[in-house]
Amino acid sequence: MTDAVAITINVNGETISQTVEPRLSLADFLRAEGLTGTHLGCEHGVCGACTVQVDGRTARGCLTLAIQCNGLEVETIEGATDKGSIVDLQEAFVEHNALQCGFCTPGMLMSVDELLRDNPSPSRDEIRDHLSGNYCRCTGYQSIVDAVEQVARQRAGGAQ
Amino acid sequence: MKPNAFNYVRAKSLDDIFSVFSEHGDEAKILAGGQSLIPTMNMRFAAPDVLIDVSDVDEMKGIQVIDNSLRIGAMSRHVDVLNSADVAEHSPLISMAMPNIAHATIRNRGTFGGSLCHADPASELPACTLALDAKFNIASATGSRTVAAADFIEGTYTTCMSENEVLVSVDVPSSTSDTVAFFDEIARRKGDYAMAGLAAKATVSDGKIANPRLVYFAVGDVALSSPSAEKILSGATITDIDTDAVCDAIASDIEPFDDLTTSGPAKLAMMKVLTRRALNAFSGNGGGS
Repeated sequence: MTDAVAITINVNGETISQTVEPRLSLADFLRAEGLTGTHLGCEHGVCGACTVQVDGRTARGCLTLAIQCNGLEVETIEGATDKGSIVDLQEAFVEHNALQCGFCTPGMLMSVDELLRDNPSPSRDEIRDHLSGNYCRCTGYQSIVDAVEQVARQRAGGAQ
Repeated sequence: MKPNAFNYVRAKSLDDIFSVFSEHGDEAKILAGGQSLIPTMNMRFAAPDVLIDVSDVDEMKGIQVIDNSLRIGAMSRHVDVLNSADVAEHSPLISMAMPNIAHATIRNRGTFGGSLCHADPASELPACTLALDAKFNIASATGSRTVAAADFIEGTYTTCMSENEVLVSVDVPSSTSDTVAFFDEIARRKGDYAMAGLAAKATVSDGKIANPRLVYFAVGDVALSSPSAEKILSGATITDIDTDAVCDAIASDIEPFDDLTTSGPAKLAMMKVLTRRALNAFSGNGGGS
């Protein structure tokens, strides 16, 4: 048994103080807080289902310890949804059938959110490149790329 | 998959690291970005008693230009190296390599020094630092030492560092205006482990090649250069390179191993493809990808 440690993380704008075992992953921490939109797939950094944002950059929830995030800001799919910052992406995913089972979708959206912040008008290759770390076993990706491309155009003020 | 239990220390300085080492010896491991260590622990291939988080150790952070050299702190995240104007200017080879390292999300957390210390045979940075003759600055409680890239990595997942040492930074000599850099790798999908890769550079002036370096990775226990190919290229005129002879020389120097996905002969074929691309780049016909 190891020493539990008190940590404070700002999650979706809300301060959460907890005592955690050092080995607790950020994804498990979030899910224990009821934020089950962050999904755990492979638990070794390959599938991307657990993707969240730590201080504004995406991170694997399974390869980041909760304790490493002590004092940092974490945003999950719940926070992004409540904020309304990705509502256009969510609508475009539905419109394009860019999800079927939905398991990968929260991680996918957190990654796309980062992509469009860094690069507001990505090419299809750049979209595929940025999403190469997020696996989807349903869609074949084409519809996801379509949805992202459409939102990039919409945000630039262009027509659909 | 959850890791074994461990204790956690967030070091604020190199001295903090050394004091944990003195107490716990090789049961303490450095946690940098954690993008290789944590999966290894999740799969329980590794079970250290103590993790020393070095993300707040100032001595290990930052990218600086010092005289004719670039000093990259071991704790520099891949994304910061990728976006650094200083790296792009002073070490184009490293800039070209960075987008090939894993996926964007992994690059946000993974670190320059962590990748080098992990010493995965398929990783990009050991080959780059070898091609660039980088120097590794290593510290321990009893002092510091500097190690040449060729001596830093000794085998698969094995470096020259002892259990009470930490990699602080890496010094990379600045590129000169007549240096041509080339980096490319062949992987099944973007971000996957390379099946074969090449980090190369040469100075090209008045149409002649000097100081060529060809370093291949994912083909042996460590990144491997091809001295015979480099010898053929040294002094060669770019319009008159015997590409077949260079490829034969590579095959005489390096016998790639089989790995889980790719046979040795297939890797050798890929090395020759990459070599032809590099020679095209040396001739001014486009750089690497």
